[in-house]
Amino acid sequence: MNFDFSEEQTMLRDSVARFVQDDYDFDKRRSIVASEAGMSREVWQTFAELGWLSVPFAEEHGGFGGGPVDLMVMMEEFGKGLIVEPYFATVVMFGGLLNAAGSESQKAQYIPGIIDGSRLGAFAYLERQSRYELADVLTTATAAGDGFVLNGEKVVVSNGVNADTLIVAARTSGEQCDRSGISLFIVDAAAPGVERVSYRLMDGQNVANITFNDVSVGADALLGELNGGFAVMDRVVQEGIVALCAEAVGLMGQLNSKTLEYTKTREQFGVVISSFQALQHRMVDTFMSYEQAKSMLYRAVCALENNDADLRRELHALKVMTHKCGKHIFEEAIQLHGGMGLTDELDIAHYAKRLMMINATFGDRDHHQTQFNALSYGSQASDSVASMSDAA
Amino acid sequence: MDTSFSAEDIAFRDEVRAFFDEAYTDDLRDRMGDSKQYREAIVEWQKKLNAKGWVAPNWPVEFGGAGWTPTQNFIYESERSSRGIRDVVPFGLKMVAPVIYTFGNEEQKARFLPRILNSDDWWCQGYSEPGAGSDLAALKTKAELDGDHYVVNGAKIWTTYAQHADWIFCLVRTSSEGKKQHGISFLLIDMKSEGIKVNPIESIDNHHSLNEVEFNNVRVPVENLIGEQDKGWTYAKALLAHERTGIAGVADSKRALREVRRLAEAQVSGGKALIDDPLFQKRVSDIEIELMALEFTDLRVLASVAAGGAPGAESSLLKIKGTEIQQQVQELRMDVAAHYQGVLPTELDNNVIGHEFGSAARQSYMYGRAATVYGGSNEIQKNIIAKAVLGL
Ligand SMILES: Cc1cc2nc3c(=O)[nH]c(=O)nc-3n(C[C@H](O)[C@H](O)[C@H](O)COP(=O)(O)OP(=O)(O)OC[C@H]3O[C@@H](n4cnc5c(N)ncnc54)[C@H](O)[C@@H]3O)c2cc1C
Ligand SMILES: Cc1cc2nc3c(=O)[nH]c(=O)nc-3n(C[C@H](O)[C@H](O)[C@H](O)COP(=O)(O)OP(=O)(O)OC[C@H]3O[C@@H](n4cnc5c(N)ncnc54)[C@H](O)[C@@H]3O)c2cc1C
Repeated sequence: MNFDFSEEQTMLRDSVARFVQDDYDFDKRRSIVASEAGMSREVWQTFAELGWLSVPFAEEHGGFGGGPVDLMVMMEEFGKGLIVEPYFATVVMFGGLLNAAGSESQKAQYIPGIIDGSRLGAFAYLERQSRYELADVLTTATAAGDGFVLNGEKVVVSNGVNADTLIVAARTSGEQCDRSGISLFIVDAAAPGVERVSYRLMDGQNVANITFNDVSVGADALLGELNGGFAVMDRVVQEGIVALCAEAVGLMGQLNSKTLEYTKTREQFGVVISSFQALQHRMVDTFMSYEQAKSMLYRAVCALENNDADLRRELHALKVMTHKCGKHIFEEAIQLHGGMGLTDELDIAHYAKRLMMINATFGDRDHHQTQFNALSYGSQASDSVASMSDAA
Repeated sequence: MDTSFSAEDIAFRDEVRAFFDEAYTDDLRDRMGDSKQYREAIVEWQKKLNAKGWVAPNWPVEFGGAGWTPTQNFIYESERSSRGIRDVVPFGLKMVAPVIYTFGNEEQKARFLPRILNSDDWWCQGYSEPGAGSDLAALKTKAELDGDHYVVNGAKIWTTYAQHADWIFCLVRTSSEGKKQHGISFLLIDMKSEGIKVNPIESIDNHHSLNEVEFNNVRVPVENLIGEQDKGWTYAKALLAHERTGIAGVADSKRALREVRRLAEAQVSGGKALIDDPLFQKRVSDIEIELMALEFTDLRVLASVAAGGAPGAESSLLKIKGTEIQQQVQELRMDVAAHYQGVLPTELDNNVIGHEFGSAARQSYMYGRAATVYGGSNEIQKNIIAKAVLGL
């Protein structure tokens, strides 16, 4: 039994922490969020120089060869620093899908650009109707010549408007919620027929709705096997869930320490408010929530790394625990800050909003609890981590 | 024990319905929902209510109250909220007016009450200060007598709608001798006075309702003092109890919960409607059952007030339970909106975004966090119950 990080992981963690401390304070973040792109190319270049964009990629493609624990360590620090840059969309999801299913030539074509910071990516999977059902895909890709033509719409695509390249889940056969019949396509975001409208989410993310009107792609755009896209996205979503929950744990830790700090300095009734036992016990509770969330994260990352047989159960439990603890912690953080917690000026609200958006990504608490229950008691045991049921 | 409606009650209900049908037009509803037109629209609505004699039903009849029974109050509130009609702006009608008609002199009553009834003046509440939130009596804004004027210096914070206000009612320090509750005075200040500066504060929901109000040698005529100098705390305490009646918001929460159920029926994913999800149903019914009980707690308090009792610590109970439930309903609505729950206001049409209530759900949830902070935080309410009810 060993919970220690390797030397390399410690270095990674420290380098992100140092960057946040020196170059990414809350005002800087605020100005980046307010900019038109909602991200900073300059910061992104720094990420490239520091080697962070290479973490999950194999050494033969110029990567660092890292695994889930390396990503976890980084994402937790990103959470602490409330970093809004599209690392998750570009490296974890877009890069993860390429890693999981890309041919050698696709990897060679796209991964170096991710690593050197010149290529931003996005994973376009959600549709208006799909909620948390990953297999609910109506966007179609029809064979035409030796390529395909895409039609449909994807919504709330993280980093969708800044991405140079998209990976799109589209239906090549089957019915609306069938798992088989989904295929993944690599699509140039500037291709004719791709239209993007962008808007913002409360955590500062720049997201886009993307429509595909007769978008033609070649045969080489197919990522993985025809009709076999679901298994790929399902696996990469598993990795994504662990990465997001790591970010969440970072956010929770910061909220707790900022709240503790605040109550130790804010005076009312002639004393610091941290002297009220009613508040002390509340902060003890949020401290325990943080520890529970962290333990669940460590469990899940080990299961992911070892590809445990009951990995799905672990991941559902992780998402439930993260939602529950995250909500508990941010609600208390806001409440204990009083009026200050209700302002846009203080960072507290922004940590809270990021946690909320993480909770709403790849299934919320109820969704995963239902899946967990199905695995424990159900006849229709689920075998997709972010999918509603096998009913279809 | 009998809680059924009499024939007169039914007749009253029909009268309320007929009035709302006629007076609350779709156009008015739309403008009240638009933050840019809100001030003008709500004033227009309140003037209509006043013409009917219903804008301040709970004032004593001699000043313009309607003389309703608790049942009539209940009926009116249910009808109002079931149509989603916003309550009147409380600062003039529900907060300062009771102080004026209870503790003010004849001149003040004649000068201010008719204008409040007719919504000719917009009032705001100047209590909280940076150093005096929960510990309100620690307030420092100073008023010094200079001939027939008070000269006011200091700053108020979290002043809701100060940007709209014609008048502000303030607690100011006129003496620093003895207990801090002593030496506080209740002063009415014209917002157009020289030396007042209003600085906006952006809140967590990205709206502007909060402000800081600075007073720099503001001269206030002595005739604007309510009651006796240094006795303002007593008046304010009476007002706080008033502020908390109706704070349970039972009828509004019932409507909001119905709305959530309606929305959940329309969310279909993987072939299943969200409303059929057993976890979701449990969350809805948990809230519904709490509301059923709270509705009667509210009625019990109303009945005891009508029988001559003063709304005391019971109103703290209503505030705590009412705001907790309100927040749970808001959270549920967020969860119904799933990944659309974070959408910020945009120029884009809802149809382009692909969702009609995500942004509204976010706004009400985020602002809703304030309900457990303002009007005396829920922790303070618990302290009140501990002391006044449990005798601790
Ligand atoms: C089943 C059982 C087995 C036990 N076995 C043993 C044993 O083998 N040997 C032995 O020596 N003792 C034993 N105990 C005794 C046990 O350690 C005491 O019951 C315990 O320390 C609490 O003391 P008390 O019962 O006097 O309650 P009190 O100390 O009077 O506490 C009453 C309540 O007040 C709360 N409270 C007290 N102080 C504070 C504070 N500062 N802040 C907030 N809340 C506070 C407590 O949490 C509790 O809820 C046992 C008790 C039980 C119930
Ligand atoms: C949206 C909004 C609108 C508002 N509108 C107005 C307005 O129009 N006019 C106006 O005058 N004010 C207004 N307020 C101010 C509001 O009344 C104060 O925010 C509130 O009284 C809390 O004070 P504070 O913010 O200084 O928090 P603090 O008093 O610093 O409290 C911080 C935390 O400590 C807790 N705490 C404090 N003392 C104790 C204790 N003894 N025991 C246990 N816990 C304690 C509190 O509950 C809170 O969780 C508004 C506030 C908000 C958020």
